[in-house]
Amino acid sequence: MPRELWKGNEAIAESAVRAGLGAYFGYPITPQTEILEYLSRRMPELGRAFVQAESELGAINMVYGAACTGARVMSSSSSPGVSLMMEGLSYIAGTEIPAVLVNVMRGGPGLGNIAPAQSDYNQAVRGGGHGDYPRIVLAPASVQEAIDLMALSFDLAEKYRMIAMMILDGSVGQMMEPAEMPALQEPHRREFDWATNGAMNRERRILSSIYLDPHDEEKTNLRLLKNWKNVQANEVRYKEYFLDDAKYVIVGFGTAGRVALSAVREARALGIKVGLLRPITVSPFPYEALDQLTGQVEAFLVTEMNMGQMLDDVLLTVRGRVPVEFYGRPGGVVPFHDEILDEIHRLASGPLAVSTDPRDSWLARMYSNLKVTAQ
Amino acid sequence: MTTENLVYERPEAFTEMPTHYCPGCTHGVAHRLVAEVLDEMGIVDKTIGVAPVGCAVFAYNYFATDFVEAPHGRAPAMATGVKRVLPDRVVFTYQGDGDLASIGMGEIVHAAARGENITVIFINNANYGMTGGQMAPTTLPGMKTSSSQSGRDVETQGYPIKVSEMLSTLEGVGYCVRRSLHDPKNIRLAKKAIRAAFETQVRGLGFSMVELLSTCPTNWGITPVNSLKFVEEHMVPAYPLGDYKVSDAVKQIKI
Amino acid sequence: MAAKGWIEVSDTYCKGCELCISACPQNVMELNMAHLTPKGYHPAHTFKDGCTGCAICAVVCPDAAITVYREVTKSVSSMAAPV
Repeated sequence: MPRELWKGNEAIAESAVRAGLGAYFGYPITPQTEILEYLSRRMPELGRAFVQAESELGAINMVYGAACTGARVMSSSSSPGVSLMMEGLSYIAGTEIPAVLVNVMRGGPGLGNIAPAQSDYNQAVRGGGHGDYPRIVLAPASVQEAIDLMALSFDLAEKYRMIAMMILDGSVGQMMEPAEMPALQEPHRREFDWATNGAMNRERRILSSIYLDPHDEEKTNLRLLKNWKNVQANEVRYKEYFLDDAKYVIVGFGTAGRVALSAVREARALGIKVGLLRPITVSPFPYEALDQLTGQVEAFLVTEMNMGQMLDDVLLTVRGRVPVEFYGRPGGVVPFHDEILDEIHRLASGPLAVSTDPRDSWLARMYSNLKVTAQ
Repeated sequence: MTTENLVYERPEAFTEMPTHYCPGCTHGVAHRLVAEVLDEMGIVDKTIGVAPVGCAVFAYNYFATDFVEAPHGRAPAMATGVKRVLPDRVVFTYQGDGDLASIGMGEIVHAAARGENITVIFINNANYGMTGGQMAPTTLPGMKTSSSQSGRDVETQGYPIKVSEMLSTLEGVGYCVRRSLHDPKNIRLAKKAIRAAFETQVRGLGFSMVELLSTCPTNWGITPVNSLKFVEEHMVPAYPLGDYKVSDAVKQIKI
Repeated sequence: MAAKGWIEVSDTYCKGCELCISACPQNVMELNMAHLTPKGYHPAHTFKDGCTGCAICAVVCPDAAITVYREVTKSVSSMAAPV
């Protein structure tokens, strides 16, 4: 396939179509609306299902219904809309069926704004919906990666009968980049042995998230965890940049990781031995890769477009063995590479101490840099 | 010559499981009518039911069809998802008044407005049965429930919602009627309506719903027999029975 | 001559709600106080002759607990449900 210029959101939509998407249900919200708009013409053109739902609640429950039939199905939204979808996600998780959701994140909480942010990391990775359930979360940093991860999302969701979410910030959704599309696949209609598609020549099936007996629910929870252990063992994905001799390592996902890479390259040109670990699966998180780096490096810097959410996963892995520093731009602000370069210089000029919460010093620097008065 | 003939037996569309409904609750009658219609139309193996949250949450245990269990109020959305990818299957939701007329009002209105080819069996028993008889959107003015203990005060708790009347204004609706389960004649009419609703769906004639006035002896605090009288004397006047919308195409259906 | 019919009430399903008793046009049904179902209900039964097999009891039964038979003198083509 030739490389073409694709807008992130439209690329996501088309790559889902190419991956055999059978049904899409969504609701308009900036900055993901192009996915809905694109599919509103593309899906009917191919004779596939498309519904603009009455709300995100409606959309996710349509996804739930379609997923029960074994169809490849997805929805997409942005932060406030994804909050509304948490009900359905919990039910989908409890029913152990595959579904894919794209969250093009924006600044929050509340209505927030429509600027790029990574503030839904915890909601995506830790659960967000009620109950005890794991889910796969992928975080692309470019249009091409979003295309590639879209197909992977469906494969992983079906392989593990689990929700696969793709979280990206509005800038990946809105930017245009050259990218290559995979070949078009017909909608998947695999004969899953759990799908409720009419009891023709077989025993009838029930799909439900109800386990009224607590012991049955406990067994279900344990089964979910066992399944998750398989995901953790087999599906961790990340990208390494300049790590071989790195004394300092930046950890960042999505756009924050991508901006950090520019800063890392500049720092390398200046002779600073800094590298980047960019998680692609933020759930399962690359704990093992990070753990191995901990024995090699002098300090970590976590960069995020939030107040430090993935930071907790890094702290959990590093466990005080080396200093972990944090640099975040929350609220819909995208960091410039020179800001991160400044942080690299700060790391390289040391000395650094292990602190219980790297947000403290970051917050002080933010107030000082932004000339904002602490209230 | 004298021969023995079976006049009536339990529908094949039922599983063997006894229901969990309280004695005399007409949820069971509504279930039975749906099962009889599925049998008569021969569509058990191509039907997917969508159970609600409420007393009918375990409806999936009683029908011999595939079934999915929806979050509270979302059955029409789930049914939409199933039907859109499997348009040749028969999809029905079975919902109570808390589920459909309160938390799920958005989903039901828009499924109807889109003309989704699904069938909705709507049980109106004027209260939240499963959680112990709280006030529902359909609770009658002055009616005592566990959350309107002096009787529903319309000044502060609003007025009942007449769902069939509301939905009948929507273009996407092919068939929308209200029936009652309080006596044999009305039960027969209810079954005919359920049949017409499923026929509407299999012919692709749009959204179909049958609202059924039903009893809740336990939470109303009266006997099953007196509950039927309550429906006749108090619910039917407040929720008039009748055909609220039967589209021209549906009128042509000959069963 | 009135048709002669009879019913079987399932112990598995009957919950003794009495809806059939009040609906029976022949007034030949009552709860069987001498018998308990496994769930602990007194089930309905016919306590005297007069059942015509009209199946109204089955029409109102919320638990599909009643099977209805009728003795006929000529073959009946339809075995459809009564409702």
